[in-house]
Amino acid sequence: MKVRINPERCQGHGRCYDLSPGLFGDDEEGYGRVRGDGIVPPGQEHDARLAALNCPEHAIDLLEEA
Amino acid sequence: MAADDRFTQDYRETREDQRPGVRGEVVTGPVSDWATDFSHVEPEWAADPYRIQDDLRQRCPIARTGRFGGAWLPTRYEDVAAIAYDTERFSSRSIIVSNFRPPRELAPVGTAPPISSDPPFHHDARKLLLPAFTKAQAAKQEPATRAFCHALIDAFAGRDVVDAARDYAQHIPVRVIAGVLGFPLEDGPQFREFVEDLLEGINLPPDERIDRVSRLFDYLLARVNDRLGNLREDLTSYLINAELYGRKLDPSHVVGAMALLLIAGVDTTWSAIGASLWHLAKTPADRERLVAEPGLLPTAIEEFLRAYAPVTMARLVKDDMRWRGVDMKADDWILLSFPAANRDPAQFDRAGEVVIDRAVNRHAAFGLGIHRCLGSHLARMELRVALEVWLQRIPEFTLADPPAVTWAAGQIRGPRALPLRIH
Repeated sequence: MKVRINPERCQGHGRCYDLSPGLFGDDEEGYGRVRGDGIVPPGQEHDARLAALNCPEHAIDLLEEA
Repeated sequence: MAADDRFTQDYRETREDQRPGVRGEVVTGPVSDWATDFSHVEPEWAADPYRIQDDLRQRCPIARTGRFGGAWLPTRYEDVAAIAYDTERFSSRSIIVSNFRPPRELAPVGTAPPISSDPPFHHDARKLLLPAFTKAQAAKQEPATRAFCHALIDAFAGRDVVDAARDYAQHIPVRVIAGVLGFPLEDGPQFREFVEDLLEGINLPPDERIDRVSRLFDYLLARVNDRLGNLREDLTSYLINAELYGRKLDPSHVVGAMALLLIAGVDTTWSAIGASLWHLAKTPADRERLVAEPGLLPTAIEEFLRAYAPVTMARLVKDDMRWRGVDMKADDWILLSFPAANRDPAQFDRAGEVVIDRAVNRHAAFGLGIHRCLGSHLARMELRVALEVWLQRIPEFTLADPPAVTWAAGQIRGPRALPLRIH
């Protein structure tokens, strides 16, 4: 699984880095940033889904890999 | 270096864009039909807007009123979201519904940038402030906020009943924002007057309202003049020095942004803290669970923000148009109710219930789109610390006198009197 933030939609609510700080951080203006390459380490899939489902702007994409 | 002479003369006397705006008739009194004559400043709305909004969502769902010179009230989440995202057709040049429409020439800057600004100026004005309002910046205020909350509760010693709105909630954001702006802490009581003048005085005769708003700007101009030549590490100093498009900000921009930070920072958070304590005072199961499981508090706070969202914004329609079945006219107000959106059953399961462990909660309490509340990280920190300290110190409390609880009318809703029995 991989996470991605759509910068056109993100408004810096910060729900992703509040809920899943292992996968997301923020930049100097408070917009969400994916940590590293966005590959979700095993066991953190729940955190990834929680962040995506709580983004008020629907800015987080979850890419399920085969 | 030349002295900074931007503030030596009152800029309001010399602004070339000063045009009169449109004053409307003040209409007050009982509402005849909420679908065609709504008013968010009448006592029935203040006491319980949710019942009214739920009814309108089923039968309208976009209510209208001839009051305030004409306004619309969408009640579905999808309509509120669509307007928040549509900055082409809905302007933010005034975001408080009143009987006075500021002149169109005020756009795209508005009187309190960036909340009153439209694109493209909005983006640049907001960018100036974003770095001061990140989660990390808010965290720097946390130790002092926590100590302050403890001091407020220390002062309850010997009392069985306290007013959680007046004796606790309201002081917390006043203290925090005074620190952020570098204002004298003893001016706090004045801030509360400014808030009442601006947000609750909307049905005053327009000229009286304008006079009251001028008092806020007089105060802010005085604070700017205190800081000139005495710059510090506060946001007032930052705004005095900030540059946009290669030059220092217009004096109206500096003072307008300060007005925004002061007003928006105070009674919104005060309302959210008060509404959360009100809910816990009347819901022992939720209170006991949060005392036993403090780790659940951040999740519960999001639910309090959804169910008791304190902030309703406004927009002005730019041009006549048919929009989702209604005929909007240029300069009609839109009362943009995030509280109504947050209780739409099409968006939320069990929308009318408070579910403190709700795991999926895409609420719109801090708005949607480009105007997402700049202070949301600060507000969340204040709300969490205020509730953590209260629940640690006062794990058992009840409403002392339920009929004595009063709620603010207008666009910011929260308890203004909240007597709680704490022993």
